[in-house]
Amino acid sequence: MMPLMTTRGLSRHFGGLRAVDNVDFALMPGEIRAVIGPNGAGKTTFVSLVCGRIEPSSGMIVFDGSDITNLPAHKRVRLGIAYTFQITSIFANLSAYENVALPVQRTLTDGRSKGHVHAGVMEALDRVGLADRATLPAGQLAYGHQRLLEVAMGLALRPRLLVLDEPTQGLADSEIENFIELVREIARDATVLIIEHNMPVVMELADRITVFDAGQVLAEGTPEAIRANTAVQRAYLGASDG
Amino acid sequence: MTEGSSPAKAYALHLAVVAFLFGLNFVLPAYHHGLLARILVLATFAMGYNLLFGYVGLLSLGHAMFFAAGLYGAGLGVHHYGLSVPLAFVAALFCGAALSLVIGLLALRTSGVAFMIVTMMFAQVLALAILYFAPLTGGDQGLVLQQQERVIQLGNTVLDLTNPTVRYMTALGLFSVVLLLMLAIVRSRFGRVLIAVRENEERTRMLGYDTFTNKLTAMVVSGVICAAAGGAYALLFGYVGANFASVQYSILPLLWVLLGGAATTLGPLIGTLFMYYVVDITSSYTSAYLLIVGIALIVLVLFFPKGILGTIRQRLLRWLP
Repeated sequence: MMPLMTTRGLSRHFGGLRAVDNVDFALMPGEIRAVIGPNGAGKTTFVSLVCGRIEPSSGMIVFDGSDITNLPAHKRVRLGIAYTFQITSIFANLSAYENVALPVQRTLTDGRSKGHVHAGVMEALDRVGLADRATLPAGQLAYGHQRLLEVAMGLALRPRLLVLDEPTQGLADSEIENFIELVREIARDATVLIIEHNMPVVMELADRITVFDAGQVLAEGTPEAIRANTAVQRAYLGASDG
Repeated sequence: MTEGSSPAKAYALHLAVVAFLFGLNFVLPAYHHGLLARILVLATFAMGYNLLFGYVGLLSLGHAMFFAAGLYGAGLGVHHYGLSVPLAFVAALFCGAALSLVIGLLALRTSGVAFMIVTMMFAQVLALAILYFAPLTGGDQGLVLQQQERVIQLGNTVLDLTNPTVRYMTALGLFSVVLLLMLAIVRSRFGRVLIAVRENEERTRMLGYDTFTNKLTAMVVSGVICAAAGGAYALLFGYVGANFASVQYSILPLLWVLLGGAATTLGPLIGTLFMYYVVDITSSYTSAYLLIVGIALIVLVLFFPKGILGTIRQRLLRWLP
């Protein structure tokens, strides 16, 4: 099977800092891939390169067989790469409805979906359980609901690759359970790339895990393999040798 | 593409405002009749400014250049090249479109304070160029368009723009078209994107929108509307002067919009009307009328930071567009 997204020799340097350093990465269609690693390992920089929020210093990115290295971010979104922000980035002054209307009308304009904005908005809000709060200003939603709204916006883009940057940060345990269910449901028709610090969430969700350390890929494998990997334990999970 | 709530109510309100202004034509005394015609043209200028400032959140300090582009585009066309009134108006629109496209391509590379300064500097360049090319533009004396230059031939009918009723109706026609255009824009998908850019540009980009192109389009539409107001001003009132290109006329639309309510469709009219009449009334009592205008502005900013209509929308009528 052909990978949905690959990177080859992907690097991004900030001055002398190699935030992402020569990363070769491949993501298969339909999988849930978790990216983990210590703070400053380059996880967010890596996914930002994939989404086009920042430009690489060198290397290339291929999505669905075509080179997207030089494609601006908004065109990548139209190809089906959606990004949800690490720090909740919603339109706080606009209603939840308007927040989701923007991505819905995007896919309608691009011809990637059909129907009316209203139906698309309500469907996306319904999937994350916010349909009854459609008219509230997004800034007045509870924090957990704001995270869900962020996901609804990502969903409404009908992504083929959904990038979730620390989606469970700040969520209560009960909310996390629902969230795991939601991601599983999303993964039925999209590939998910998720940066996550919460290890139980990672172990439960991910088909495969990629471990970043100092801008490089330290290890990659199934959750069991990663858990057993001594290099990972040393670098990240904090276990001492033996 | 009416996708927001209560479209019928919004359109009914706007049509009622237009009908009311139409009715005023028959009852207003001559002085107020003339003043209101002027206000309607300047409110159109303010609406053009509001599209960029209120909806996209781009604060330009150089919009006098777009008004002046229309003013001189029409004025020079009539005065030097013998264009008919309709053609002169088209020339005004063309000048506004060309200028705003070029300025937009350059100025939109910046944002925030830099955008304010860049737009102001470009406007100064135009203002100084108008003074420099005095043989063409009349310099600081400006140009006066003669009555015979300001008539529209429609078959056998002759519309004389110096006739008060024709002038008022033409001003109202322009105002109404732009008002309904603004309402349609802000309710459209394009309007939704513009508001999103104002609220969070990076997020809008990551939802797949080319924010630069959207901002540029808004800038050109805004420039064309302001130039339409400028062109109408030249043709209706017959005076084409360099003071309309000065920084004062970049700040005035900002004040009118802030007073009436930024990002409201009817705010620019209310703000322009309010400001004109405060000046008009106070200046008949005291020569220190600017002091009173200043105090009125401070009170408004302190107690109604969202402007007159913005405050009404916030507290009473949430459906106002």
